[in-house]
Amino acid sequence: MNIGFYPGCSLKGTSSEYAQSTLALAKFFDIHFTEIRDWNCCGATAAHNLNHELSVALPARILALAEQQGLMEIVVPCAACYNRLSVTQYALNKDLVLKDRLSDTLQMPLSGNIRILNVMQFIEKYIAGRIEEKISKPFAHKVVCYYGCLLVRPYNILRFDRLEDPQSMDALMQKIGATALDWAYKTECCGAGFSVSRTDVVAKLSGKIVKDAEDREAEAIIVACPMCQSNLDMRRPHIDSYLHTKTHIPVMYITQAIGLAVGIKREELGLKKLFVAPAFVD
Amino acid sequence: MEKKGYLSEIKSNTGLNVNRCYQCGKCSAGCAVAEEMDYPPSRLMRMLQTNNKENYGKILASETIWLCVSCQNCLTRCPMEIDIPRLMDYLRERAIKEKTINKKSKNILSFHKAFLDSVKYTGRLYEIGLVADYKMRTFHVLQDMAIAPKMFAKGKLPIIPENVKDKKQLHTIFKSSH
Repeated sequence: MNIGFYPGCSLKGTSSEYAQSTLALAKFFDIHFTEIRDWNCCGATAAHNLNHELSVALPARILALAEQQGLMEIVVPCAACYNRLSVTQYALNKDLVLKDRLSDTLQMPLSGNIRILNVMQFIEKYIAGRIEEKISKPFAHKVVCYYGCLLVRPYNILRFDRLEDPQSMDALMQKIGATALDWAYKTECCGAGFSVSRTDVVAKLSGKIVKDAEDREAEAIIVACPMCQSNLDMRRPHIDSYLHTKTHIPVMYITQAIGLAVGIKREELGLKKLFVAPAFVD
Repeated sequence: MEKKGYLSEIKSNTGLNVNRCYQCGKCSAGCAVAEEMDYPPSRLMRMLQTNNKENYGKILASETIWLCVSCQNCLTRCPMEIDIPRLMDYLRERAIKEKTINKKSKNILSFHKAFLDSVKYTGRLYEIGLVADYKMRTFHVLQDMAIAPKMFAKGKLPIIPENVKDKKQLHTIFKSSH
């Protein structure tokens, strides 16, 4: 099994606990990842906002590198990178002129056949069937699963989960003993790339998400996107001042929650890196 | 502007036919940032449909195109499946070329530029460099001073940038994408 791994920039920096917990989970289930050598940034929001050509050229290099290194299946935990890589591959296969042009620029073949898995798809494919037998401490908590935008939209390209009421994360949380609550903000936007340039917008959008989660008495918000996690967690002081109240709900990665349930050590899951500490983790 | 106007330009660059919009308003109803915008998405679509230069000028100078956070909700809910986020990307590129950047939105553009600069030089995002570059561009020197030490202490801010080895290929990508 040769599974490629694309960490992306966030997982090397501000969201290193997401990388840590994803890798720890893979190791626990004896899955070996091969990191794509010499990978570059996917271009994120900045590239597609300012330069359309660049927004496909940067992800195209990543896909070409994976192909060159024989990694025809890659795991991309960051929802934003997963989205940009998937959208690019779709564009390449739809527009063969673009595909030829980029292949020419890169001087590398682009087959457009890479299987790009987000973290839930990875867990479902390689781990889900073995989780229950490995549970040492059920994650018996009430949670809300927050999918955000980039894991589910646009559906015609990603074809991953239900658009308005996705279920994949909820199902995985139930598998580890959690109660996944119904709530209204599963796929609402957190403010995404405005964290620095329009922190006020992030405070408002993320504030509504945090408030609904607390109103429903969830003990944690479970996420699978570093941008969502940073906004809901690190921007908590701004969120609290927007809401005029002190909120306490932690925002954890799905890989951390599953990791705790199967008994992976807390340090290996990077739990201390969360700004809002999960009080129920001793 | 040609006789046919900007609508044909939009069509040839993005493949989008703005006239397919029949003003149901679902895009504006589901838009995360409509409240902050000068023209919510459905209004922007109606203005574009007029094929009137003055309206186009207003759009290119609007805050709307910069506030669009590309959450894709409008596209998802549009009964005509019009790719409004793609249209917003195109309008931003036009606004940059025409130099009609909305004054209140300059911070957003500065952030994106600083981000791409970082990627251009190292191939990967270097967060400390990004924030320093953004602060230089916007003079918001003291912003987020409280959060940085906490991030650093938690190991979330690497000091040394990660570098892509194949700088030549990176350079070619940036050069050919203009």
